[in-house]
Amino acid sequence: MKSFALIAVVLTGWLLLSAVSDFPDWGDTESPANDYRLSQHYITETFPETSVPNMVTAVLADYRGYDTMFETVVIFVAGIAIMSILRRKPLDHLKDKGKETRTYKKDPDLIIDTTCRLMIPIIQLFALYVVAHGHHSPGGGFQGGVIFGASFILLALSRDLQAAQRWVPEKRVLNLAGIGILIYSGFGFACMLLGSNFLDYEILHKIMPATPIEARSHSMLGVEIGVAFTCTAIMFSIYSNLASNGDMKETL
Amino acid sequence: MELLEALSAKFNYWIYVIIMMIGLYAMISKNNLVKKLIGMSIFQTAIILFYVSIGVKEGDTIPILYHDQVHPSHGDSHHEADTGHGEDHHPSHEEIVANLHIEPDDFANPLPHVLMLTAIVVGVATLGVGLALTQKIYRDFGSIEENEILESIKSAK
Repeated sequence: MKSFALIAVVLTGWLLLSAVSDFPDWGDTESPANDYRLSQHYITETFPETSVPNMVTAVLADYRGYDTMFETVVIFVAGIAIMSILRRKPLDHLKDKGKETRTYKKDPDLIIDTTCRLMIPIIQLFALYVVAHGHHSPGGGFQGGVIFGASFILLALSRDLQAAQRWVPEKRVLNLAGIGILIYSGFGFACMLLGSNFLDYEILHKIMPATPIEARSHSMLGVEIGVAFTCTAIMFSIYSNLASNGDMKETL
Repeated sequence: MELLEALSAKFNYWIYVIIMMIGLYAMISKNNLVKKLIGMSIFQTAIILFYVSIGVKEGDTIPILYHDQVHPSHGDSHHEADTGHGEDHHPSHEEIVANLHIEPDDFANPLPHVLMLTAIVVGVATLGVGLALTQKIYRDFGSIEENEILESIKSAK
């Protein structure tokens, strides 16, 4: 098996490397990918069309908004799948209950406890900055959501899972994840209700105190907040399910 | 020497192919399911590297406009000094756009970055589900070694 794998891998690598001479050089401004008018358009016209300086966020949340909406759904579905794969049957749960006499109360370490107490609010504040400033500087809903989820994971690691579950219990995880997708698709349907295409934010200036161009920028912030809700909830749920082997009692 | 030059002009492709081969080898040959997942992640990283390196331009920067470009300062704008507007005058979007000049070669290609953001997110989802399945397999078979799982499936029949 090992030698077969080696042959297959070397063959694949050789095939790919034999095509390398046809690829454009490193940093070539004339390469097909960089010279193509679509990416040129994104660079030069994003700010005039949407008033968002961060082209990546603008393309992600506006031009390719439909793609990103279903990307959020992918995260949501992955979280649900992990929950349903790892959740034990109720019968097993009752069986476990008999031997669940050891109350898992770790004595919190002073240094770890104090450090995390100081760090978690700052991490959460930074996550909110990354979400809210995502269309002006590097950042966005996914990145901010992951950072916010990481703050809960840090809480679960430094204390125990129950400490983090007090803030984000299972029910709230599902609610938040659903709310995130509802916010995103709500923006899409609001555009449709006002007589435009799905996720065509320009029309939203009718219900926003903004010009059509600014409406696109504000709507991008809105959908990024939706993405951040889903991302935060699902990141914490992935951690808590994997680390506790699906029973949400005690972690690593 | 010529070979070296050809190699250095396209070194990003060499690196991505080598990383991809490492990932592919781990996915095919490793017996341990977690090691297979690690291989999958390495493979994904190679593809991400490939895409992002395509969008690089010589002497470019990240695809975010400079602060000065979208918020023209009062000192630079002689137009403002002439008309004598107050300090708190904010130029409208149309005014900024009229004065805006963007050279496409100054900024990296944003399209590969967006596509790879999608790929990273999907990668997190697949890795999470893969780890969950592995944990479930361990719970049911008591092992995450492929040959041991196959044996216990055979002996159960």
